[in-house]
Amino acid sequence: MAKQPKSTMSRALVRRETISGYLFLLPILIFFVGFVIIPMVICIVNSLTDANMNTQGLGNFVGLTNFIDLWKDKTFREALWNTFVIVIVSVPAVCAFSLWVSSAIYKLNGKLLSAFRCIFYLPVVTGSVAVTVVWKWMYDNYTGVFNYVLKSAGLIEKNINWLGDPKYALGCIILILFTTSVGQPIVLYVSALGNVDQSLVEAAQVDGATNFQVFWKIKWPQMMPTTLYILVITTINSFQCFALIQLLTQGGSGTNTVMYYIYYTAFKLTEKAGHFGYANAMGVILAIFIGLLSALQFKLAKEK
Amino acid sequence: MNLTSNRSRAYKVLSMIILFVLAFLFLFPLYWIVTGAFKTSQDIYSTTPVFWPSQWTMANFAKLFDRRSAPLFQLGALVGPTVPGAIRWLVNTVFMAVAAMVLTCLTASMAGYALAKKRFVGRTLLFSLIVCAMALPKQVILIPLLKEMSALHLYDTLWAVIFPTVGWPFGVFLMKQFSEGIPGEILEAARVDGASEARTFFSIVLPMVKPGVGALAIFTFINSWNDYFMQLVMLASSSNYTISLGIATMQAETSIDMGLLMAGAALAAIPIILVFLVFQKYFTQGITMGAVKG
Repeated sequence: MAKQPKSTMSRALVRRETISGYLFLLPILIFFVGFVIIPMVICIVNSLTDANMNTQGLGNFVGLTNFIDLWKDKTFREALWNTFVIVIVSVPAVCAFSLWVSSAIYKLNGKLLSAFRCIFYLPVVTGSVAVTVVWKWMYDNYTGVFNYVLKSAGLIEKNINWLGDPKYALGCIILILFTTSVGQPIVLYVSALGNVDQSLVEAAQVDGATNFQVFWKIKWPQMMPTTLYILVITTINSFQCFALIQLLTQGGSGTNTVMYYIYYTAFKLTEKAGHFGYANAMGVILAIFIGLLSALQFKLAKEK
Repeated sequence: MNLTSNRSRAYKVLSMIILFVLAFLFLFPLYWIVTGAFKTSQDIYSTTPVFWPSQWTMANFAKLFDRRSAPLFQLGALVGPTVPGAIRWLVNTVFMAVAAMVLTCLTASMAGYALAKKRFVGRTLLFSLIVCAMALPKQVILIPLLKEMSALHLYDTLWAVIFPTVGWPFGVFLMKQFSEGIPGEILEAARVDGASEARTFFSIVLPMVKPGVGALAIFTFINSWNDYFMQLVMLASSSNYTISLGIATMQAETSIDMGLLMAGAALAAIPIILVFLVFQKYFTQGITMGAVKG
Protein backbone atom coordinates (compact mmCIF):
# COMPACT_ATOMS: atom_id res chain seq x y z
CA MET A 1 0.00 0.00 0.00
CA ALA A 2 1.24 3.48 -0.81
CA LYS A 3 2.23 5.35 2.30
CA GLN A 4 -0.78 7.28 3.49
CA PRO A 5 -0.92 9.85 6.24
CA LYS A 6 -2.27 8.14 9.34
CA SER A 7 -5.21 10.48 9.70
CA THR A 8 -6.80 9.34 6.47
CA MET A 9 -6.87 5.72 7.63
CA SER A 10 -10.08 5.11 9.49
CA ARG A 11 -9.89 3.41 12.84
CA ALA A 12 -11.76 0.39 11.48
CA LEU A 13 -9.21 0.05 8.73
CA VAL A 14 -6.34 0.19 11.21
CA ARG A 15 -7.94 -2.53 13.28
CA ARG A 16 -8.56 -4.63 10.20
CA GLU A 17 -4.97 -4.19 9.08
CA THR A 18 -3.64 -5.08 12.50
CA ILE A 19 -5.74 -8.21 12.80
CA SER A 20 -4.98 -9.45 9.31
CA GLY A 21 -1.32 -8.52 9.72
CA TYR A 22 -0.99 -10.70 12.78
CA LEU A 23 -2.96 -13.52 11.20
CA PHE A 24 -0.46 -13.57 8.37
CA LEU A 25 2.37 -13.51 10.86
CA LEU A 26 0.92 -16.18 13.10
CA PRO A 27 2.46 -19.26 11.44
CA ILE A 28 5.99 -17.89 11.40
CA LEU A 29 5.61 -16.51 14.92
CA ILE A 30 4.81 -19.97 16.23
CA PHE A 31 8.13 -21.24 14.88
CA PHE A 32 10.12 -18.09 15.52
CA VAL A 33 8.96 -17.58 19.08
CA GLY A 34 8.83 -21.28 19.86
CA PHE A 35 12.20 -22.33 18.51
CA VAL A 36 14.30 -19.16 18.52
CA ILE A 37 13.02 -16.60 21.04
CA ILE A 38 11.98 -18.93 23.87
CA PRO A 39 15.25 -20.92 23.74
CA MET A 40 17.14 -17.62 23.73
CA VAL A 41 15.33 -16.42 26.85
CA ILE A 42 15.83 -19.78 28.58
CA CYS A 43 19.50 -19.60 27.60
CA ILE A 44 19.92 -16.22 29.29
CA VAL A 45 18.01 -17.25 32.41
CA ASN A 46 19.81 -20.57 32.57
CA SER A 47 23.21 -18.95 32.35
CA LEU A 48 22.56 -17.50 35.79
CA THR A 49 21.80 -20.90 37.36
CA ASP A 50 23.66 -24.07 38.26
CA ALA A 51 21.42 -26.20 36.01
CA ASN A 52 22.95 -29.42 34.75
CA MET A 53 21.84 -32.40 32.74
CA ASN A 54 19.68 -33.83 35.51
CA THR A 55 18.10 -30.63 36.75
CA GLN A 56 14.36 -30.49 36.44
CA GLY A 57 13.19 -26.94 35.77
CA LEU A 58 15.55 -24.06 35.99
CA GLY A 59 18.05 -24.91 38.73
CA ASN A 60 19.31 -22.64 41.51
CA PHE A 61 20.05 -19.02 40.88
CA VAL A 62 23.79 -18.45 41.24
CA GLY A 63 24.16 -14.94 39.86
CA LEU A 64 27.17 -14.37 37.69
CA THR A 65 29.12 -17.33 39.06
CA ASN A 66 29.16 -19.08 35.69
CA PHE A 67 30.56 -16.01 34.00
CA ILE A 68 33.24 -15.59 36.67
CA ASP A 69 34.15 -19.27 36.38
CA LEU A 70 34.36 -18.89 32.64
CA TRP A 71 36.73 -16.00 32.95
CA LYS A 72 38.99 -18.19 35.09
CA ASP A 73 38.66 -21.15 32.73
CA LYS A 74 41.86 -21.31 30.71
CA THR A 75 40.28 -23.53 28.04
CA PHE A 76 37.51 -21.02 27.52
CA ARG A 77 39.92 -18.11 27.19
CA GLU A 78 41.86 -20.11 24.64
CA ALA A 79 38.66 -20.94 22.77
CA LEU A 80 37.60 -17.31 22.77
CA TRP A 81 41.01 -16.27 21.48
CA ASN A 82 40.93 -18.88 18.69
CA THR A 83 37.43 -17.79 17.68
CA PHE A 84 38.71 -14.23 17.54
CA VAL A 85 41.71 -15.26 15.42
CA ILE A 86 39.49 -17.15 12.99
CA VAL A 87 37.25 -14.12 12.52
CA ILE A 88 40.08 -11.60 12.27
CA VAL A 89 41.96 -13.65 9.67
CA SER A 90 39.14 -15.07 7.60
CA VAL A 91 36.81 -12.07 7.31
CA PRO A 92 39.24 -9.63 5.65
CA ALA A 93 40.69 -12.45 3.53
CA VAL A 94 37.25 -13.49 2.29
CA CYS A 95 36.26 -9.90 1.53
CA ALA A 96 39.44 -9.03 -0.33
CA PHE A 97 39.50 -12.28 -2.27
CA SER A 98 35.88 -12.12 -3.33
CA LEU A 99 36.22 -8.47 -4.30
CA TRP A 100 39.19 -9.27 -6.53
CA VAL A 101 37.56 -12.33 -8.12
CA SER A 102 34.33 -10.41 -8.72
CA SER A 103 36.06 -7.49 -10.37
CA ALA A 104 37.97 -9.92 -12.57
CA ILE A 105 34.87 -11.84 -13.68
CA TYR A 106 31.94 -9.41 -13.73
CA LYS A 107 32.63 -8.20 -17.25
CA LEU A 108 33.05 -11.67 -18.72
CA ASN A 109 30.34 -13.07 -20.98
CA GLY A 110 27.31 -14.65 -19.34
CA LYS A 111 28.31 -18.32 -19.59
CA LEU A 112 31.85 -17.89 -18.33
CA LEU A 113 30.68 -15.57 -15.56
CA SER A 114 28.13 -18.01 -14.24
CA ALA A 115 30.61 -20.88 -14.56
CA PHE A 116 33.10 -19.07 -12.34
CA ARG A 117 30.42 -17.97 -9.90
CA CYS A 118 29.26 -21.54 -9.72
CA ILE A 119 32.71 -23.01 -9.13
CA PHE A 120 33.42 -20.65 -6.26
CA TYR A 121 30.04 -21.47 -4.76
CA LEU A 122 30.42 -25.25 -5.04
CA PRO A 123 32.27 -25.78 -1.74
CA VAL A 124 29.29 -24.23 0.08
CA VAL A 125 26.83 -26.49 -1.67
CA THR A 126 28.94 -29.61 -1.24
CA GLY A 127 28.18 -29.49 2.47
CA SER A 128 30.38 -29.18 5.49
CA VAL A 129 30.69 -32.90 6.21
CA ALA A 130 31.66 -33.96 2.70
CA VAL A 131 34.09 -31.04 2.44
CA THR A 132 35.64 -31.79 5.81
CA VAL A 133 36.08 -35.47 5.08
CA VAL A 134 37.92 -34.85 1.84
CA TRP A 135 40.13 -32.13 3.28
CA LYS A 136 41.03 -34.44 6.13
CA TRP A 137 42.38 -36.85 3.56
CA MET A 138 44.15 -34.08 1.66
CA TYR A 139 45.86 -32.96 4.88
CA ASP A 140 46.74 -36.53 5.83
CA ASN A 141 50.22 -37.12 7.11
CA TYR A 142 51.02 -40.08 4.84
CA THR A 143 48.56 -40.21 1.96
CA GLY A 144 47.62 -36.54 1.68
CA VAL A 145 48.08 -34.42 -1.41
CA PHE A 146 49.43 -31.44 0.51
CA ASN A 147 52.54 -33.15 1.79
CA TYR A 148 53.13 -34.76 -1.60
CA VAL A 149 52.83 -31.55 -3.58
CA LEU A 150 54.89 -29.46 -1.17
CA LYS A 151 57.56 -32.11 -0.97
CA SER A 152 57.74 -32.50 -4.75
CA ALA A 153 58.07 -28.74 -5.05
CA GLY A 154 60.90 -28.84 -2.55
CA LEU A 155 59.13 -26.54 -0.12
CA ILE A 156 59.20 -28.97 2.78
CA GLU A 157 61.57 -31.79 3.54
CA LYS A 158 59.59 -33.98 5.89
CA ASN A 159 55.91 -34.75 5.93
CA ILE A 160 53.98 -32.38 8.14
CA ASN A 161 51.20 -33.61 10.40
CA TRP A 162 49.01 -30.64 9.45
CA LEU A 163 46.07 -31.24 11.72
CA GLY A 164 48.06 -32.66 14.61
CA ASP A 165 50.53 -29.83 14.94
CA PRO A 166 49.34 -26.79 16.94
CA LYS A 167 51.55 -24.64 14.71
CA TYR A 168 49.48 -25.43 11.62
CA ALA A 169 46.12 -26.85 12.69
CA LEU A 170 44.23 -23.58 13.15
CA GLY A 171 45.61 -22.24 9.88
CA CYS A 172 44.50 -25.40 8.09
CA ILE A 173 40.99 -24.99 9.45
CA ILE A 174 40.89 -21.33 8.44
CA LEU A 175 41.90 -22.33 4.90
CA ILE A 176 38.95 -24.74 4.60
CA LEU A 177 36.62 -22.18 6.12
CA PHE A 178 37.88 -19.67 3.57
CA THR A 179 37.07 -21.89 0.60
CA THR A 180 33.56 -22.47 1.92
CA SER A 181 32.93 -18.77 2.59
CA VAL A 182 33.73 -16.89 -0.61
CA GLY A 183 30.79 -18.15 -2.69
CA GLN A 184 28.12 -15.81 -1.45
CA PRO A 185 30.29 -12.65 -1.31
CA ILE A 186 31.31 -13.22 -4.95
CA VAL A 187 27.69 -13.44 -6.06
CA LEU A 188 26.94 -10.24 -4.14
CA TYR A 189 29.95 -8.29 -5.41
CA VAL A 190 29.34 -9.31 -9.02
CA SER A 191 25.83 -7.95 -8.83
CA ALA A 192 26.96 -4.79 -6.99
CA LEU A 193 29.65 -4.11 -9.61
CA GLY A 194 27.06 -4.51 -12.33
CA ASN A 195 24.87 -1.92 -10.61
CA VAL A 196 27.53 0.77 -10.32
CA ASP A 197 26.36 4.00 -11.96
CA GLN A 198 27.97 3.74 -15.39
CA SER A 199 27.65 7.45 -16.23
CA LEU A 200 29.90 8.37 -13.29
CA VAL A 201 32.49 5.83 -14.42
CA GLU A 202 32.44 7.17 -17.97
CA ALA A 203 32.67 10.77 -16.81
CA ALA A 204 35.71 9.91 -14.72
CA GLN A 205 37.33 8.08 -17.62
CA VAL A 206 36.81 11.07 -19.89
CA ASP A 207 38.56 13.16 -17.26
CA GLY A 208 41.51 10.77 -17.54
CA ALA A 209 41.08 8.77 -14.33
CA THR A 210 42.99 5.48 -14.23
CA ASN A 211 41.19 2.20 -13.66
CA PHE A 212 42.61 2.16 -10.18
CA GLN A 213 41.20 5.60 -9.40
CA VAL A 214 37.83 4.75 -10.92
CA PHE A 215 37.67 1.72 -8.70
CA TRP A 216 38.53 3.39 -5.40
CA LYS A 217 36.86 6.75 -5.93
CA ILE A 218 33.67 5.68 -7.68
CA LYS A 219 32.92 1.99 -7.49
CA TRP A 220 34.10 1.26 -3.95
CA PRO A 221 31.96 3.93 -2.21
CA GLN A 222 28.90 2.79 -4.17
CA MET A 223 29.47 -0.78 -3.08
CA MET A 224 29.75 0.12 0.60
CA PRO A 225 26.34 -1.33 1.58
CA THR A 226 27.27 -4.62 -0.10
CA THR A 227 30.63 -4.68 1.65
CA LEU A 228 28.95 -4.08 4.97
CA TYR A 229 26.49 -6.91 4.39
CA ILE A 230 29.34 -9.21 3.34
CA LEU A 231 31.33 -8.30 6.45
CA VAL A 232 28.38 -9.17 8.66
CA ILE A 233 27.48 -12.48 7.00
CA THR A 234 31.12 -13.57 6.79
CA THR A 235 31.63 -12.78 10.46
CA ILE A 236 28.58 -14.81 11.43
CA ASN A 237 29.69 -17.59 9.13
CA SER A 238 33.17 -17.69 10.66
CA PHE A 239 31.69 -17.94 14.13
CA GLN A 240 29.67 -20.90 13.03
CA CYS A 241 32.40 -23.15 11.73
CA PHE A 242 31.64 -26.13 13.88
CA ALA A 243 31.77 -29.19 11.65
CA LEU A 244 35.36 -28.49 10.68
CA ILE A 245 36.52 -28.53 14.26
CA GLN A 246 34.36 -31.36 15.47
CA LEU A 247 35.37 -33.65 12.60
CA LEU A 248 39.01 -32.69 12.14
CA THR A 249 40.55 -32.04 15.53
CA GLN A 250 37.84 -32.31 18.20
CA GLY A 251 39.16 -29.06 19.51
CA GLY A 252 42.71 -30.45 19.86
CA SER A 253 45.98 -29.01 18.50
CA GLY A 254 45.02 -25.54 19.65
CA THR A 255 41.85 -25.32 17.58
CA ASN A 256 39.21 -25.17 20.27
CA THR A 257 36.59 -22.49 19.66
CA VAL A 258 33.68 -21.20 21.70
CA MET A 259 31.14 -23.00 19.50
CA TYR A 260 32.90 -26.28 19.92
CA TYR A 261 33.47 -25.76 23.61
CA ILE A 262 29.74 -25.17 24.19
CA TYR A 263 28.97 -28.44 22.49
CA TYR A 264 31.78 -30.18 24.32
CA THR A 265 30.73 -28.88 27.72
CA ALA A 266 27.16 -29.92 27.19
CA PHE A 267 27.70 -33.40 25.77
CA LYS A 268 31.17 -34.75 26.36
CA LEU A 269 32.52 -36.24 29.51
CA THR A 270 34.59 -33.63 31.22
CA GLU A 271 34.68 -32.22 34.69
CA LYS A 272 32.14 -29.73 33.41
CA ALA A 273 30.07 -32.42 31.68
CA GLY A 274 26.41 -31.56 31.37
CA HIS A 275 26.81 -28.20 33.07
CA PHE A 276 24.08 -26.57 31.05
CA GLY A 277 24.23 -23.33 33.00
CA TYR A 278 27.91 -23.06 32.25
CA ALA A 279 27.47 -23.85 28.56
CA ASN A 280 24.60 -21.37 28.31
CA ALA A 281 26.77 -18.67 29.84
CA MET A 282 29.19 -19.27 26.98
CA GLY A 283 26.30 -18.94 24.55
CA VAL A 284 25.39 -15.59 26.06
CA ILE A 285 28.96 -14.34 25.80
CA LEU A 286 29.14 -15.50 22.18
CA ALA A 287 25.89 -13.71 21.35
CA ILE A 288 27.16 -10.49 22.96
CA PHE A 289 30.45 -10.81 21.10
CA ILE A 290 28.68 -11.17 17.76
CA GLY A 291 26.25 -8.38 18.55
CA LEU A 292 29.08 -5.99 19.38
CA LEU A 293 31.04 -6.90 16.25
CA SER A 294 28.02 -6.45 13.98
CA ALA A 295 27.20 -3.12 15.62
CA LEU A 296 30.79 -1.98 15.20
CA GLN A 297 30.79 -2.91 11.53
CA PHE A 298 27.55 -1.02 10.97
CA LYS A 299 28.94 2.00 12.75
CA LEU A 300 32.19 2.00 10.76
CA ALA A 301 30.30 1.70 7.51
CA LYS A 302 27.90 4.50 8.43
CA GLU A 303 30.77 6.87 9.22
CA LYS A 304 32.21 6.29 5.79
CA MET B 1 48.97 5.58 -23.91
CA ASN B 2 50.27 2.53 -25.70
CA LEU B 3 52.17 1.49 -22.63
CA THR B 4 49.13 1.62 -20.35
CA SER B 5 46.94 -0.33 -22.76
CA ASN B 6 49.66 -2.95 -23.07
CA ARG B 7 49.89 -3.10 -19.34
CA SER B 8 46.16 -3.42 -18.88
CA ARG B 9 46.08 -6.19 -21.48
CA ALA B 10 48.85 -7.98 -19.63
CA TYR B 11 46.92 -7.56 -16.40
CA LYS B 12 43.83 -9.05 -18.01
CA VAL B 13 45.69 -12.08 -19.29
CA LEU B 14 47.39 -12.57 -15.95
CA SER B 15 44.14 -12.28 -14.02
CA MET B 16 42.51 -14.83 -16.33
CA ILE B 17 45.34 -17.25 -15.68
CA ILE B 18 45.03 -16.74 -11.93
CA LEU B 19 41.26 -17.21 -12.15
CA PHE B 20 41.62 -20.52 -13.95
CA VAL B 21 44.17 -21.74 -11.43
CA LEU B 22 41.86 -20.74 -8.58
CA ALA B 23 38.90 -22.41 -10.23
CA PHE B 24 40.95 -25.55 -10.54
CA LEU B 25 41.90 -25.42 -6.86
CA PHE B 26 38.29 -24.85 -5.81
CA LEU B 27 37.15 -27.80 -7.88
CA PHE B 28 39.87 -30.10 -6.67
CA PRO B 29 38.25 -31.30 -3.39
CA LEU B 30 35.14 -32.28 -5.31
CA TYR B 31 37.23 -34.05 -7.93
CA TRP B 32 39.06 -35.82 -5.13
CA ILE B 33 35.78 -37.00 -3.59
CA VAL B 34 34.41 -38.34 -6.85
CA THR B 35 37.56 -40.09 -8.03
CA GLY B 36 38.34 -41.27 -4.50
CA ALA B 37 34.98 -42.97 -4.32
CA PHE B 38 35.99 -45.19 -7.24
CA LYS B 39 39.61 -45.86 -6.31
CA THR B 40 40.96 -49.19 -5.15
CA SER B 41 42.53 -49.29 -1.71
CA GLN B 42 46.03 -49.53 -3.23
CA ASP B 43 45.43 -46.24 -5.00
CA ILE B 44 44.03 -44.67 -1.87
CA TYR B 45 46.79 -45.69 0.50
CA SER B 46 49.58 -44.94 -1.91
CA THR B 47 51.95 -42.34 -0.44
CA THR B 48 52.25 -40.90 -3.92
CA PRO B 49 48.71 -39.68 -4.55
CA VAL B 50 47.09 -41.32 -7.57
CA PHE B 51 45.51 -38.47 -9.50
CA TRP B 52 43.56 -40.65 -11.89
CA PRO B 53 42.27 -44.03 -10.63
CA SER B 54 44.47 -46.79 -12.05
CA GLN B 55 41.41 -49.00 -11.91
CA TRP B 56 37.78 -47.98 -11.36
CA THR B 57 36.01 -49.98 -8.70
CA MET B 58 32.57 -50.09 -7.12
CA ALA B 59 33.97 -51.74 -3.98
CA ASN B 60 33.63 -48.60 -1.86
CA PHE B 61 29.97 -48.21 -2.71
CA ALA B 62 29.39 -51.90 -2.12
CA LYS B 63 30.90 -51.49 1.33
CA LEU B 64 28.85 -48.37 1.99
CA PHE B 65 25.59 -50.09 1.13
CA ASP B 66 26.57 -53.19 3.00
CA ARG B 67 27.07 -51.54 6.34
CA ARG B 68 23.69 -51.23 7.98
CA SER B 69 20.21 -51.82 6.83
CA ALA B 70 17.01 -50.07 7.74
CA PRO B 71 13.46 -49.90 6.45
CA LEU B 72 13.08 -47.47 3.57
CA PHE B 73 10.51 -45.44 5.54
CA GLN B 74 8.34 -45.71 8.61
CA LEU B 75 4.99 -43.97 8.76
CA GLY B 76 3.25 -45.08 11.90
CA ALA B 77 2.51 -48.77 11.42
CA LEU B 78 3.55 -48.63 7.78
CA VAL B 79 7.08 -49.93 7.36
CA GLY B 80 8.87 -49.96 4.04
CA PRO B 81 11.10 -52.70 2.60
CA THR B 82 14.56 -53.12 4.08
CA VAL B 83 17.25 -51.17 2.28
CA PRO B 84 20.89 -50.23 2.98
CA GLY B 85 21.24 -47.70 5.78
CA ALA B 86 22.77 -45.11 3.48
CA ILE B 87 19.67 -45.15 1.28
CA ARG B 88 17.48 -44.59 4.32
CA TRP B 89 19.71 -41.66 5.27
CA LEU B 90 19.17 -40.17 1.84
CA VAL B 91 15.41 -40.63 2.15
CA ASN B 92 15.50 -38.93 5.56
CA THR B 93 17.55 -36.06 4.22
CA VAL B 94 15.23 -35.48 1.28
CA PHE B 95 12.18 -35.60 3.53
CA MET B 96 13.76 -33.17 5.98
CA ALA B 97 14.90 -30.71 3.32
CA VAL B 98 11.56 -30.78 1.48
CA ALA B 99 9.51 -30.33 4.66
CA ALA B 100 11.71 -27.46 5.84
CA MET B 101 11.48 -25.90 2.39
CA VAL B 102 7.69 -26.09 2.09
CA LEU B 103 7.03 -24.83 5.62
CA THR B 104 9.58 -22.03 5.32
CA CYS B 105 8.27 -20.81 1.98
CA LEU B 106 4.68 -20.75 3.16
CA THR B 107 5.24 -19.09 6.53
CA ALA B 108 7.89 -16.68 5.30
CA SER B 109 5.95 -15.45 2.29
CA MET B 110 2.90 -14.77 4.47
CA ALA B 111 4.97 -12.97 7.07
CA GLY B 112 7.03 -11.07 4.52
CA TYR B 113 3.86 -9.82 2.85
CA ALA B 114 2.38 -8.68 6.16
CA LEU B 115 5.59 -6.91 7.21
CA ALA B 116 5.96 -5.16 3.87
CA LYS B 117 2.39 -4.20 3.12
CA LYS B 118 0.37 -4.07 6.31
CA ARG B 119 0.48 -1.16 8.71
CA PHE B 120 -0.03 -2.54 12.18
CA VAL B 121 1.06 -1.93 15.74
CA GLY B 122 4.42 -3.49 16.62
CA ARG B 123 5.55 -3.94 13.04
CA THR B 124 8.87 -2.12 13.38
CA LEU B 125 9.67 -3.80 16.68
CA LEU B 126 8.96 -7.23 15.26
CA PHE B 127 11.05 -6.58 12.20
CA SER B 128 14.04 -5.39 14.27
CA LEU B 129 13.75 -8.50 16.39
CA ILE B 130 13.85 -10.63 13.26
CA VAL B 131 16.91 -8.85 11.88
CA CYS B 132 18.76 -9.21 15.19
CA ALA B 133 17.91 -12.90 15.45
CA MET B 134 19.43 -13.54 12.03
CA ALA B 135 22.88 -12.88 13.47
CA LEU B 136 22.50 -15.43 16.23
CA PRO B 137 24.54 -18.62 15.83
CA LYS B 138 22.49 -21.70 16.53
CA GLN B 139 25.05 -23.04 18.99
CA VAL B 140 23.97 -20.32 21.38
CA ILE B 141 20.52 -21.78 21.87
CA LEU B 142 21.56 -25.39 21.48
CA ILE B 143 20.84 -26.63 24.98
CA PRO B 144 17.48 -24.94 25.62
CA LEU B 145 16.37 -26.09 22.20
CA LEU B 146 17.38 -29.63 22.97
CA LYS B 147 15.48 -29.63 26.26
CA GLU B 148 12.47 -28.14 24.55
CA MET B 149 12.51 -30.82 21.88
CA SER B 150 12.65 -33.62 24.42
CA ALA B 151 9.81 -32.02 26.36
CA LEU B 152 7.77 -31.96 23.14
CA HIS B 153 8.77 -35.59 22.44
CA LEU B 154 10.37 -34.49 19.21
CA TYR B 155 13.95 -35.34 20.14
CA ASP B 156 15.44 -37.90 17.75
CA THR B 157 12.88 -37.14 15.06
CA LEU B 158 13.48 -35.19 11.89
CA TRP B 159 10.97 -32.58 13.08
CA ALA B 160 13.42 -31.47 15.75
CA VAL B 161 15.71 -30.40 12.91
CA ILE B 162 12.95 -29.07 10.67
CA PHE B 163 11.15 -26.74 13.10
CA PRO B 164 14.11 -24.59 14.16
CA THR B 165 15.05 -24.24 10.48
CA VAL B 166 11.57 -22.91 9.73
CA GLY B 167 11.81 -20.52 12.67
CA TRP B 168 15.08 -19.08 11.37
CA PRO B 169 14.09 -15.60 10.23
CA PHE B 170 16.18 -15.17 7.08
CA GLY B 171 13.22 -16.23 4.94
CA VAL B 172 10.96 -13.57 6.41
CA PHE B 173 13.59 -10.97 5.72
CA LEU B 174 14.02 -12.12 2.12
CA MET B 175 10.29 -12.28 1.43
CA LYS B 176 9.77 -8.84 2.91
CA GLN B 177 12.27 -7.48 0.38
CA PHE B 178 10.40 -9.14 -2.48
CA SER B 179 6.98 -8.07 -1.20
CA GLU B 180 8.00 -4.40 -1.05
CA GLY B 181 7.78 -4.44 -4.82
CA ILE B 182 4.05 -5.21 -4.96
CA PRO B 183 2.21 -2.05 -6.04
CA GLY B 184 -0.22 -0.84 -3.38
CA GLU B 185 -2.84 0.06 -5.97
CA ILE B 186 -3.35 -3.59 -6.92
CA LEU B 187 -3.96 -4.58 -3.32
CA GLU B 188 -6.27 -1.60 -2.89
CA ALA B 189 -8.22 -2.60 -5.99
CA ALA B 190 -8.58 -6.15 -4.72
CA ARG B 191 -9.94 -4.86 -1.44
CA VAL B 192 -12.42 -2.56 -3.17
CA ASP B 193 -13.58 -5.54 -5.23
CA GLY B 194 -14.25 -7.34 -1.97
CA ALA B 195 -11.58 -10.03 -2.26
CA SER B 196 -10.86 -11.71 1.05
CA GLU B 197 -7.42 -11.43 2.60
CA ALA B 198 -6.66 -15.08 1.87
CA ARG B 199 -7.77 -14.72 -1.73
CA THR B 200 -5.69 -11.55 -2.18
CA PHE B 201 -2.67 -13.35 -0.82
CA PHE B 202 -2.95 -16.51 -2.87
CA SER B 203 -4.07 -15.08 -6.19
CA ILE B 204 -2.32 -11.68 -6.21
CA VAL B 205 0.58 -11.60 -3.79
CA LEU B 206 2.01 -15.09 -4.26
CA PRO B 207 2.24 -14.93 -8.07
CA MET B 208 4.01 -11.58 -7.78
CA VAL B 209 6.64 -12.80 -5.35
CA LYS B 210 7.22 -16.08 -7.16
CA PRO B 211 10.91 -15.40 -7.89
CA GLY B 212 11.37 -14.77 -4.19
CA VAL B 213 9.68 -18.02 -3.26
CA GLY B 214 11.84 -19.84 -5.78
CA ALA B 215 14.98 -18.34 -4.31
CA LEU B 216 13.94 -19.07 -0.76
CA ALA B 217 12.95 -22.62 -1.65
CA ILE B 218 16.32 -23.52 -3.13
CA PHE B 219 18.16 -21.66 -0.40
CA THR B 220 16.31 -23.48 2.38
CA PHE B 221 16.64 -26.82 0.67
CA ILE B 222 20.42 -26.57 0.39
CA ASN B 223 20.92 -25.09 3.85
CA SER B 224 18.76 -27.67 5.49
CA TRP B 225 20.46 -30.50 3.61
CA ASN B 226 23.83 -29.31 4.88
CA ASP B 227 22.91 -28.19 8.38
CA TYR B 228 25.08 -30.76 10.07
CA PHE B 229 25.12 -29.14 13.48
CA MET B 230 21.38 -29.37 14.15
CA GLN B 231 21.29 -32.92 12.82
CA LEU B 232 24.15 -33.93 15.08
CA VAL B 233 22.49 -32.57 18.17
CA MET B 234 18.90 -33.60 17.52
CA LEU B 235 19.18 -37.05 15.97
CA ALA B 236 20.30 -40.07 17.94
CA SER B 237 19.31 -43.36 16.36
CA SER B 238 20.97 -44.53 13.20
CA SER B 239 17.72 -45.04 11.29
CA ASN B 240 16.91 -41.35 11.81
CA TYR B 241 20.26 -40.12 10.55
CA THR B 242 20.65 -37.83 7.62
CA ILE B 243 23.31 -38.53 5.04
CA SER B 244 25.70 -35.92 6.46
CA LEU B 245 25.33 -37.25 9.96
CA GLY B 246 25.71 -40.82 8.74
CA ILE B 247 29.00 -40.03 7.05
CA ALA B 248 30.24 -38.07 10.03
CA THR B 249 29.50 -41.07 12.21
CA MET B 250 31.26 -43.41 9.79
CA GLN B 251 34.19 -41.05 9.89
CA ALA B 252 34.37 -41.37 13.64
CA GLU B 253 34.14 -45.16 13.45
CA THR B 254 36.50 -45.91 10.55
CA SER B 255 38.49 -42.77 10.08
CA ILE B 256 41.07 -44.53 7.94
CA ASP B 257 38.83 -46.09 5.30
CA MET B 258 39.03 -43.14 2.95
CA GLY B 259 37.46 -44.98 0.02
CA LEU B 260 34.34 -45.70 2.02
CA LEU B 261 34.21 -42.11 3.27
CA MET B 262 34.60 -40.71 -0.24
CA ALA B 263 31.79 -42.93 -1.47
CA GLY B 264 29.64 -41.56 1.34
CA ALA B 265 30.69 -37.98 0.66
CA ALA B 266 29.88 -38.43 -3.03
CA LEU B 267 26.46 -39.80 -2.15
CA ALA B 268 25.81 -36.78 0.08
CA ALA B 269 27.22 -34.12 -2.20
CA ILE B 270 26.24 -35.11 -5.74
CA PRO B 271 22.42 -34.87 -5.36
CA ILE B 272 22.58 -31.46 -3.73
CA ILE B 273 25.07 -30.16 -6.29
CA LEU B 274 22.73 -31.27 -9.08
CA VAL B 275 19.83 -29.47 -7.41
CA PHE B 276 21.98 -26.38 -7.12
CA LEU B 277 23.04 -26.48 -10.77
CA VAL B 278 19.47 -26.88 -11.99
CA PHE B 279 18.05 -24.03 -9.90
CA GLN B 280 21.12 -21.83 -9.94
CA LYS B 281 19.32 -18.86 -11.45
CA TYR B 282 16.87 -18.53 -8.55
CA PHE B 283 19.67 -18.97 -6.10
CA THR B 284 21.76 -16.08 -7.36
CA GLN B 285 18.67 -13.90 -7.38
CA GLY B 286 17.82 -14.79 -3.80
CA ILE B 287 21.29 -14.07 -2.49
CA THR B 288 21.30 -10.69 -4.16
CA MET B 289 17.82 -9.71 -3.00
CA GLY B 290 18.59 -10.72 0.57
CA ALA B 291 21.34 -8.14 0.63
CA VAL B 292 19.52 -5.20 -0.92
CA LYS B 293 18.79 -2.65 1.75
CA GLY B 294 20.39 -5.11 4.17
